[in-house]
Amino acid sequence: MRLQVDKFSALDPSDSDESGAPADSEGSSLSISGVRKAYRGFDGAETLALDDFTLTVAAGEMVSLIGPSGCGKSTLLRLIAGLDRPTSGELRVGGERINGPSAERGLVFQDPNLFPWLNVRRNIESGLVARGTLRQQRGEVAEFLKLVGLEAFADRHPHQLSGGMAQRVALARALINHPKIVLLDEPLGALDQFTRMKMQDEVLRLWRARGATMVLVTHDIDEAIYMSDRIIVITPRPGRIERVITVDLDRPRVRNSPRFLALRAEILELLHFAGGEGEDGPNRRNEQ
Amino acid sequence: MTTTQAVDLVIPGGDAAERREEERGRVSLSPRDAGAILAPAVAAIAALALHFGLSNGQIAPPTRAYPLMLTVLLTLSLLLAALQGVWRASRPWVRHYAPLLAGAILTVCVWDVVTLKLALMPMPYFPGPDMVLQSMWDDRGLLFESAWHSLGLLLCGYFAGVAAGLVSGVLIGWFRSARYWGMPALKLVGPIPATAYLPLVLALFSNAFVSGSALIALAVWFPMTMLTASGIANVPKSYLDVARTLGAGRGYLIFRVAVPAAAPSIFLGLFMGLCASFLTLIVAETVGVRAGLGWYLKWQQGYVEYAKVYAALVIMAAFFSGLMTLLFAARDWVLGWQKDVIRW
Repeated sequence: MRLQVDKFSALDPSDSDESGAPADSEGSSLSISGVRKAYRGFDGAETLALDDFTLTVAAGEMVSLIGPSGCGKSTLLRLIAGLDRPTSGELRVGGERINGPSAERGLVFQDPNLFPWLNVRRNIESGLVARGTLRQQRGEVAEFLKLVGLEAFADRHPHQLSGGMAQRVALARALINHPKIVLLDEPLGALDQFTRMKMQDEVLRLWRARGATMVLVTHDIDEAIYMSDRIIVITPRPGRIERVITVDLDRPRVRNSPRFLALRAEILELLHFAGGEGEDGPNRRNEQ
Repeated sequence: MTTTQAVDLVIPGGDAAERREEERGRVSLSPRDAGAILAPAVAAIAALALHFGLSNGQIAPPTRAYPLMLTVLLTLSLLLAALQGVWRASRPWVRHYAPLLAGAILTVCVWDVVTLKLALMPMPYFPGPDMVLQSMWDDRGLLFESAWHSLGLLLCGYFAGVAAGLVSGVLIGWFRSARYWGMPALKLVGPIPATAYLPLVLALFSNAFVSGSALIALAVWFPMTMLTASGIANVPKSYLDVARTLGAGRGYLIFRVAVPAAAPSIFLGLFMGLCASFLTLIVAETVGVRAGLGWYLKWQQGYVEYAKVYAALVIMAAFFSGLMTLLFAARDWVLGWQKDVIRW
């Protein structure tokens, strides 16, 4: 008997010749215009999570949202996913207004949220079952298991998986639906540094293979620089765009190149001002 | 490669030679293990000695049922103890259950001494194990028939109650309006013991079997509804959110997410419903239904045949415990992904 070991050798980031057809890049652009989202608390007081938020993400682009806790990043992702409705403003995918959740917009949470009663294979199949396309797409299940390097673990249940493996299953489960837009809500936040760096390459490889538009929410500045085409720095309460930074680095990126470190310093400084007094995330980071 | 090797070394018994050595080590039992495995035989011999050695205090017709049972148990335990050398697979469970069997034999032995031998308990209410065993044997046909009838009634009522409870539980747990109208009704009607509805049920149904199963169904329905509804209402929102972004419709959300996520709670309802059904079964059979174990119990009590009353109780213990074991086996099978609730 062997312990479960993450087979990182299966996650070669250079392996991008996937057979699955990339998602249709036509119509997978995202436009967010004048979105405002207010929550009403128990005492009746309104909390403004997002205010006048406008952003356009091109088809096939990888965009990171970064900002301190409570800046409305996750709220924005839930709005894009269609799980919540904006108080005002509108969100469109390829010109079509977002009216509710859809398999076109896959969401991966920080907690993998695998269905514990289903094994790995059935978790990956769950979207196909829900949409009634299991019969046509059954062949793809093995392909996606292979894509995330979990063929040997297809019959395991979620409680038998490591954090990294579970998150890969969650990715496969979202991607097998061929979403036009993949929303990643700190998907690597709960992983240790080593696993996280491997998973960043993994996500990039999947992104290139599937050609989907990706919106990544992260607390990790290095992750944002390493992965994205553009970084959207957000101010807290209410969430507004502080700055949009285009990452002009070729992939694969070197984490300690001078340009990488310069971008890092720039964002740190932005977040320091953006954080204001009493904010937790960015100030602590500066003290390191 | 290196990772795999390192991992293999950590696992005890991963090496074949090591495992063989471990097995050889287990061949010689510790004196404690040997004592435990021989305990039932020793207890049976002691019980036999006391049974034949002491003179009877109670006036009871002498039978061979009790010594016969002890002899069978003695033979069995000696046989199992002897088999330990050959049948190695049986060793862990024999080691586990032998002290329990010895304890059971000693308990029956104490019962024999206190009643038949020393006559400390008044007759005819406290017969010895010998008389109870003999009546069980004498009345085996009727007891089997009664148990069979009870099983039919219980299962009819239980499954009707479970089905109704599942439907109302899912409705109340999932739909807001069903909860608004359903919960007050449930709070009002549910806590009344099902047996209090006996007059109503007897008036509604002329058939005793139908009224009995209706009563049991009612008793099962309440815990089933409550626990299904609370399980469904407490499904983590994140599971539902994930399913929605995967393209799930209402049917998928209810039956493929909410119901499986609520399964631990639903099984708790099945368990509590089963407990309630036993109680209601016995009451229904002693009052309305003219067959079954409860009826047999009541009937023999009328004739002051207490040995037969105890015989029925012993059969009931085996009957109810067996059903409970089946339910928990089903739970372990269905909830293999989650094992931490009540053990049976």
